[in-house]
Amino acid sequence: MIKESHLNIFVLGLLIFVPFFAYWNDQPFTITLMTRAVIFAIAAVGLNLALGIGGFISFGHAAFFGLGGYVMGILAWHSQNYVTLVEWPILIEGTKSMPIIWIITIAASAFLAAIIGMISLKTTGVYFIMITLAFAQMMYYFSTSWSAYGGEDGLSIYVRNNFPGLNTLDPIQFFSICCVILLIVLFFMGRLIKSPFGLALNASRQSRQRIEAVGFDFHKLQLTAFILSGAITGLSGALFADLNRFVSPSMFSWQLSGEFIVFIIIGGVGRLFGPVIGALIFVWLEHLIGGISDYWHIFLGFILLAIVLFGKGGIIGLLSREDAQHE
Amino acid sequence: MNNPVLEANKLCKTFGSLVAVQDVSIDIYKEEIHAVIGPNGAGKSTLISQICGSLSSDKGSVFLLGKDITNLPTEKRASLGIGRTFQISALSKEDTVLENAILGSVGASGKHWKFFNPVLKNSILRDEAEYCLEIVGLKDLINLKTATLSHGQLRLLEVAVALTLKPKVFIMDEPMAGLGSDGTKQLTEFLDKLRERAPILLVEHDMDAVFALANRITVLDYGRIIASDKASSIKKDPEVQKAYLGEG
Ligand SMILES: Nc1ncnc2c1ncn2[C@@H]1O[C@H](COP(=O)(O)OP(=O)(O)O)[C@@H](O)[C@H]1O
Ligand SMILES: [Mg+2]
Repeated sequence: MIKESHLNIFVLGLLIFVPFFAYWNDQPFTITLMTRAVIFAIAAVGLNLALGIGGFISFGHAAFFGLGGYVMGILAWHSQNYVTLVEWPILIEGTKSMPIIWIITIAASAFLAAIIGMISLKTTGVYFIMITLAFAQMMYYFSTSWSAYGGEDGLSIYVRNNFPGLNTLDPIQFFSICCVILLIVLFFMGRLIKSPFGLALNASRQSRQRIEAVGFDFHKLQLTAFILSGAITGLSGALFADLNRFVSPSMFSWQLSGEFIVFIIIGGVGRLFGPVIGALIFVWLEHLIGGISDYWHIFLGFILLAIVLFGKGGIIGLLSREDAQHE
Repeated sequence: MNNPVLEANKLCKTFGSLVAVQDVSIDIYKEEIHAVIGPNGAGKSTLISQICGSLSSDKGSVFLLGKDITNLPTEKRASLGIGRTFQISALSKEDTVLENAILGSVGASGKHWKFFNPVLKNSILRDEAEYCLEIVGLKDLINLKTATLSHGQLRLLEVAVALTLKPKVFIMDEPMAGLGSDGTKQLTEFLDKLRERAPILLVEHDMDAVFALANRITVLDYGRIIASDKASSIKKDPEVQKAYLGEG
């Protein structure tokens, strides 16, 4: 048994070491694979706030992931084709600047999460699962029919977007951008979990009566968590589209929503690094076993089954004892 | 006499065709313990939920320190000074004892929207929580997971969390339920002193505890008040003795 914090540091080390090792050995594909894992990790860290800490299982987080992808795609498409985005009442142009795209993505995802959350958080359990799924499916079908932005074919972006001072087309530099964003998100999430808000959200999962009896507004608590959660997952969507230089309706697919949940279950529900470990394992399994057999999802099913049977702590729960609550 | 701390007027609640609470009025004054007794299903827990806001009332009104709180949600009533303990413990079982108590301190502080600083490092909140745990005698257990506590310790933790709220009135639903005789005796002594901090509306089955503590007693049956008086008078009431005290 190892301490959870030591396991986390090990995982972080691996996450950073592998791509740079691949860089020195000239294996850009490995770097791309790790970038993919990092981006999925960000998406699932976002979902983990709602699912793991808040305890409401969103089966529609691809709605935010896809929205992030399309915000990036649309802004970049307008910029690369020299078509203004909005002409009236104010002139808005597209952009290829990553920081600007990210800020707009976060705002748009938070807004979408507020709308979806206000409606779906009135329900619980299976109904919540179905409503969030339904919202993501609506986004999916909307995107397939929006022919101005490619419809079912999606949008291609010729050149990756810009980040001041970096060459984003260089795999290791783009990886570094994504990795730093993951680290920042993890840092804030770690603080959030221990903050008064995190304590209350965590308690709200365990007893609604308790949280209200000490004066918290249960619905506001959940909605705030959902908005933060959606904003983080949305941001990862913009990065994912940039990685592929392509966005399509498949970014809204329910399979993707399900995979985010799977990352969390593999790694450890409600654990800070659970989604990171889960995403890493998933992406590598998909690559290694998926290369041998088309039925790799069956292997994944067995792994999931084993993890669920051995307790809900996921890999982290298996490998580490819980850290004692130090102050 | 001065004004009541808490006052409920003619509360009614029906579930379908079942009348759970009918025209129940009850008030609580400073430094008193007002007990509510009655057989199972009499409507005691329903009455408490109506007062605390987790159930809406069909009719009637609730006043806290003269302020009408009838239409406020539970959390508003809590922050205005209603400190409730539950018949079935409602605690964060996966969290530590201290975290449960500090949740109460955060709730009472009104600073709910803090996202960055660790709550356990906030010395003001932490001192308050530890102080309340010390009062109920759980100070030595602060780092234990709540799920590992005994039934009696859970009851005490419920009380400690209510204490962190610094309520104007305590509302306790069968706090002695499931405690052994030692536990009941300890909690009885504790509540006896607690009334100096804030008066208590006490729903309780243990008649020894009720008569040891209550200044006034209200007897409910089928959702109605059948008697409400000073404890000494209720004890003598032949009707009450026959029906509920098994001493006929
Ligand atoms: N949510 C509810 N729905 C339907 N009936 C209820 C509900 N809550 C309580 N009751 C009924 O109301 C009556 C009073 O219940 P309760 O207030 O729990 O009694 P007590 O706490 O005095 O034992 C009982 O007959 C109970 O079955
Ligand atoms: Mg009851």
